[in-house]
Amino acid sequence: MKPTDIAAPDYFHKVVDCQWACPAHTPVPEYIRLIAQGRYSDAYMINWKSNVFPGILGRTCDRPCEPACRRGRVEETPVAICRLKRVAADFKDDITHRLPKPSAKNGKRVAFVGGGPASLTVARDLAPLGYHCTVFDGDPEAGGMMRTQIPKFRLPNSVIDEETGYILNLGVEFKGGHRIESMKALLAEKYDAIFVGSGAPRGRELDIPGRKEAAAHVHIGIDWLSSVSFGHIDKIGKRVIVLGGGNTAMDCCRTARRLGGEDVKVVVRSGFEEMKASPWEKEDAIHEDIPIINFLVPVAFVHDNGKLTGVTFQKVKAEYDAKGRRNLVPSGEPDQTIECDDVLVAVGQENAFPWIEQDCGIEFDKWHMPKVDPKTFVSTNPKVFFGGDAAFGPKNIIWAVAQGHDAALSIHKLLSGEDITERPLPEVHVSSQKMGIHEWSYDNDISNDKRFKVPHRDKVIALKDIRTEVELGYDVKLALGEAERCLNCDVQTVFSTSLCIECDACVDICPMDCITFTENGEEADLRQYLKAPSLHPDQDLYVSSDLKTGRVMVKDEDVCLHCGLCAERCPTGAWDMQKYLIEMTQAGSACPTKSRSAA
Amino acid sequence: MTYIAKPKFHHPGLKKNELGYTHRDYEGKISTLCAGCGHDSITASIIEACYELSIEPHRVAKISGIGCSSKTPDYFLGNSHGFNSVHGRMPSVLTGANLANRDLIYLGVSGDGDSASIGFGQFAHSIRRGVNMTYIVENNGVYGLTKGQFSATADRGSKSKKGVTNTDNAIDLVAIALQLGATFVARSFSGDKAQLVPLIAAAIGHKGASFIDVISPCIAFNNHAGSTKSFDYVREHNDAVNRLDVLVGRDPIAVDYAPGTVQVVEQHDGSKIALRKIDADYDPHDRLGAQTFLARHAAKGQIVTGLLYVDPDADDLHTHLNTVETPLNTLEADTLCPGSAALDKFNASLR
Repeated sequence: MKPTDIAAPDYFHKVVDCQWACPAHTPVPEYIRLIAQGRYSDAYMINWKSNVFPGILGRTCDRPCEPACRRGRVEETPVAICRLKRVAADFKDDITHRLPKPSAKNGKRVAFVGGGPASLTVARDLAPLGYHCTVFDGDPEAGGMMRTQIPKFRLPNSVIDEETGYILNLGVEFKGGHRIESMKALLAEKYDAIFVGSGAPRGRELDIPGRKEAAAHVHIGIDWLSSVSFGHIDKIGKRVIVLGGGNTAMDCCRTARRLGGEDVKVVVRSGFEEMKASPWEKEDAIHEDIPIINFLVPVAFVHDNGKLTGVTFQKVKAEYDAKGRRNLVPSGEPDQTIECDDVLVAVGQENAFPWIEQDCGIEFDKWHMPKVDPKTFVSTNPKVFFGGDAAFGPKNIIWAVAQGHDAALSIHKLLSGEDITERPLPEVHVSSQKMGIHEWSYDNDISNDKRFKVPHRDKVIALKDIRTEVELGYDVKLALGEAERCLNCDVQTVFSTSLCIECDACVDICPMDCITFTENGEEADLRQYLKAPSLHPDQDLYVSSDLKTGRVMVKDEDVCLHCGLCAERCPTGAWDMQKYLIEMTQAGSACPTKSRSAA
Repeated sequence: MTYIAKPKFHHPGLKKNELGYTHRDYEGKISTLCAGCGHDSITASIIEACYELSIEPHRVAKISGIGCSSKTPDYFLGNSHGFNSVHGRMPSVLTGANLANRDLIYLGVSGDGDSASIGFGQFAHSIRRGVNMTYIVENNGVYGLTKGQFSATADRGSKSKKGVTNTDNAIDLVAIALQLGATFVARSFSGDKAQLVPLIAAAIGHKGASFIDVISPCIAFNNHAGSTKSFDYVREHNDAVNRLDVLVGRDPIAVDYAPGTVQVVEQHDGSKIALRKIDADYDPHDRLGAQTFLARHAAKGQIVTGLLYVDPDADDLHTHLNTVETPLNTLEADTLCPGSAALDKFNASLR
């Protein structure tokens, strides 16, 4: 193999698995260290810069970072990255003085369709640069699905108000209760650019016999959640069936439990493991005495002269074809009818753009989705950009944020007369963490603690009030314990070939047997020679240039604990622990500038 | 010196030996030696050899003297018996322990100061008596704990870190061990685990006095130009006569080397050593030949490494003394003191 080019920004970025997995590339270990130091405001600001909604995401994020967390490869569970984010939000001081100031207007106007996470991210990036941002939303308040679809017992209004407020206070104009009904009319208002962040607002219909007749007691999940959120609905029947296996289904069933549902069941086509809902959301539902019943496909709503009495299901089983694809086939058992008073249908969400006229210069594909460039987020109309669920269908908030940053960069470049396809490289800082002979600026002593549980409010109390938040969040002590579990994967092991005397000290001390000195070869061969077996070929090998004996140093990055013992036991300083901080380019930071990093 | 404990986590794909242990289970405390010390690599090699042989840690006694080398038993086999004895007195403590309990595996760990100076006589007599042990000298040619004076194994003409030339003749412990009748004699290098680990494993399987001299560079005081025990010097002058693989168990040996280049030696404990010749003329069963070979190469400044001599049919001190098979420390009073009738009978035999 050729020597690894550690100067390539992606190489060390991939070693920070959590940050690499985060769509917005939040510098996770950096903020976790600040939490451990009690610097909650600093930790919050790092998050705020990357993901805009730390308090909201710290409660609701789908956490792509956690399955990626290296800790999950050396013990049972990853670091509770998401809930540590909430810690930063919960314990920070007033940070308003650290936010950008509304700046003098540059005369350019940008309109936003929808006031959800994607639009607000774009507005946050653009407003401080002097753009006049106008956000239109059909609902009276900003936040989009974060406000309407996520139940208050998971995400209180106060958190949404605070974090949308930080953005609106940058001089962003919010026009609530103003639904955009015509793209043509909006284009006619001569905005310099338009950003569409209108989400995926239509819940998928379940068109089976009895649907029309029993309509009074069959509700579309996201619409129902939205009505609950605005207080239009405050009760439901005692026996409720929720159809669907995603996170919306979990929100529906838990909400139903709080509105009078005593016997609430979730019924899912697929098996338990294949359900789309996040594992922790399933756990929370089960904890509230909601059974999840799998392998049942709804075939009819049963009604008594229009009064819903139950749902009939066909029993299925999973079969796998030669290519390993799963098919649900009837199991041959008799159909099952489950009695109920109400049904909530949460079987998916769809995009809908009835308000975009065909002659706006915005082309749609055969799935009725706008044609959007996945890097720049521009549509076929060079002034109109899409982001979030509106661009590529339903995903999570953190994706909307990541796409928002990219769209904001495009809009800024467009309105600065630059080529929007030229994307500036991220800013990278690398610095040694050595403080003394065996002293590092980070805590390299590996904690053996298992993942700490986030305290929950007592179930009896939690189920009484739909606005009572269930999770209490970590206290300071638990947060410290959890923060200490982080392996500091951004503090990189950096090897200098010229200093190495091949004494084997690093090989002998490495607790994970990551390091091997061997003759060079092709990657597939090298993976065979390693001191401990290579378990994840997607994890890179760090290969040095030729050493004095003609061998090379090969380090399997896979399960490195970043404990720094290789560097401590190296007599010549050939190993050093260097912190790698990568900051993604956002609008306004097109040219990398020298900036002071937080720690 | 490292202040944190070595993390408990280990690689999730680590292999386990017959006893279900990983090599991490054979570790001891974290080393307090200088960073890069060759001794730490010998420690790692002992750990690896014991892991590969699936040795039960409680069947091992590790005994040492004083010095950097003699600190190392704290860093391996944390669940074994240990005795950190007086300077140079490891051999007599080990001999005593071996006489009391012949069933344990004895690892004697010593250094060049401990064995070639203050304990030279002790070294000589334990070898001469054929104590069943693996005697490892971690040889760096320098007194590290007292800041770098030449030791008795430093080569004449080599230079200290301060630039002083050594005017004394060197003691070659391997040559002495051969002369005193050691039945397993090897030399290796801490920077070559591929050679060292099987040597230690083979030595543990040998019945009789096994001696391994391991050149182990002292990073702090003896790894400079002019030293003959530095990483660079040893790598440049290393003349390995053979390579070996230790084969545990009774499986037939499948050898795919060219005919005549591999020699299989069956050890007393049933394990086998496959010896791959590098020097075609070298015969590891010829004690006199080995002595001449060593002397000739030493004169040329070469460091001969590998398995230099082995007598697979050797016996040990217990055989010489005709002791009972049962370890003496488990004999009960009625066996040790058979009564006055037996005494009378014995006395009568002497009249």
